[in-house]
Amino acid sequence: MEKAATIVSLPVLEPSPGALLRRRVFGHAGLLIGCTVLSVIILIALFAPWIAPHDPFDQVLDRKLIPPVWSESAKATWIHPLGTDHFGRDYLSRLIWGARISLVIGFSAMLISGVIGTVLGVLAGFFGGRVDMVANFLITTRLSMPVVLVAIAVVSLVGSSLTVVIWVLGLLIWDRFAVVMRSATMQVRNLDFVAAAQALGCSTSRIVFTEILPNVANHLIVVATVEMAHAILLEAALSFLGLGVQPPEPSWGLMISEAKGLMFFDGWLIVIPGTALFALVLAINLLGDGVRDVTAPDGT
Amino acid sequence: MLAYLLKRLGVAILVALTVSLITFSMIYLSGDPAVALAGESATEEDIENIRRFYGYDRPILIQYLDWLARAVQGDFGQSHYLREPVARIIFERLPTTMWLGFLALTFALTLSVPLGVLAAIRPNSLVDRAALTIAVVGQAMPSFWFALTLMLWLGIYWRLLPITGTASWANFVMPAVALGYYVTPAVMRLTRAGMLEVLAADYIRTARAKGLRPMRVLFKHALRNAIIPVVSLAAVQFGFMLGGSIVIETIFAINGLGFLAWESIQRADLPMMQAIVLVLSVFYIVLTFLADMLNAWLDPRIRVV
Repeated sequence: MEKAATIVSLPVLEPSPGALLRRRVFGHAGLLIGCTVLSVIILIALFAPWIAPHDPFDQVLDRKLIPPVWSESAKATWIHPLGTDHFGRDYLSRLIWGARISLVIGFSAMLISGVIGTVLGVLAGFFGGRVDMVANFLITTRLSMPVVLVAIAVVSLVGSSLTVVIWVLGLLIWDRFAVVMRSATMQVRNLDFVAAAQALGCSTSRIVFTEILPNVANHLIVVATVEMAHAILLEAALSFLGLGVQPPEPSWGLMISEAKGLMFFDGWLIVIPGTALFALVLAINLLGDGVRDVTAPDGT
Repeated sequence: MLAYLLKRLGVAILVALTVSLITFSMIYLSGDPAVALAGESATEEDIENIRRFYGYDRPILIQYLDWLARAVQGDFGQSHYLREPVARIIFERLPTTMWLGFLALTFALTLSVPLGVLAAIRPNSLVDRAALTIAVVGQAMPSFWFALTLMLWLGIYWRLLPITGTASWANFVMPAVALGYYVTPAVMRLTRAGMLEVLAADYIRTARAKGLRPMRVLFKHALRNAIIPVVSLAAVQFGFMLGGSIVIETIFAINGLGFLAWESIQRADLPMMQAIVLVLSVFYIVLTFLADMLNAWLDPRIRVV
């Protein structure tokens, strides 16, 4: 009995797949940095009403264009650490509330496009043939239409609101989901365990949900981060062009747009929201790259 | 090759037709285009006149076929705002955007191809890591913000370059950089991946074993093969850049197609908007078709129908 126990305990010396994964996660600097920065921004967005020092819409006209604290101007004050804009609104508070808009639009648009693209890609990859041809046709058609141009044209015709921006972006950026899911499904589809499930008489929907989807999930997460970052950048560009989120909402793209006339005198007005956008998108991209590296260490 | 070409051509035409249908239906997104055109103070009679004048009273299918038949002949109707033929204005503005796109692509390729090659020669070296960092940082920067930052530093603080307009070649430097850098990461990654794959191939080992000079192996044997997918990616990205030039042209006040699109959207100039979306889409379709053909010509394995 004792001898058997020692023999059984030998494989424990070999780290379990879970431990290996954990080791890879904690050894990946990009993933950790991305995760931390994104979590901080999400927390800031969640607790915006309690963190923001001022009301983001409150205009105090005799406190216009106060520079941030690190400038050498005598007007700089700790009451407004990042200064105020041309309406005397506290820049830090607007920045904090703006994180909500970016995250909500990025996440919702990503979900919509994720559902469309994944359904299309998995169907195409699983059934092949005619279904694949139709999916390919839809992807090609979508890719041939310029995203920014179509988005602002549609938003200008339908009328601009947060919901409209989310739906327009969601309906436009599903192409990458479809392309990646299609090829990932094609690979998994020909593996033995799918054939085994079919031989056991599993229904197609059961095979798709329990055999295919869990095995392409890592690709799905990577594309989801890429498209969320994409949606955030597009929202900023739309708002910058005046056809996204409307004033007085504190969208980061809109903040840059409102400040561009003043940027030659007060450069920090565009530097601050731009840096915030950059940090958020960079964090999401680092997270996505990290997930890709960690879940596919051999580079597949 | 001919069968492949015909099949691709068929798909391209079908895609173009679908795009034209989507583009045409865009004007009905706002509800009744006649009401939108007439403005707020219009009477019932004005709206009816406008509807009849522009033919919005006909069945939608007839309107579409009529519009398409004219568009194919290069007639996109009159601009509602400028009262001039849409096609003439578009073809006045198109060269500026093409020139901008060409410069942006040139910038992107001269930066990303050498970096990709250097990164592939020594994977995980300092150059590789630096190139990767440039790619990651580049992808996270909003293009309009990058453009404004360039303007602020190169144009205002250091006064190196003019900030708006199209007067000389110097006016195009910042817009081309701002438009082109976004393409850089994708091209660089593809060059790197292609070079890594090719450098591991047997014929490279043979070439080295023959005693060819390393530079010759690198450029004549490796890069020539690795560059094939990059060329087709560049073609596709060129199409993307023309679509994305709307932001950059608006910032730098460059009188191209993108700026025209933005102006037309502001003026609710529907025929102009439709025409620009259609022209850019068809241009993209033609580019991808040519890229496919180039690939198939260079690599016979693709030609399987």
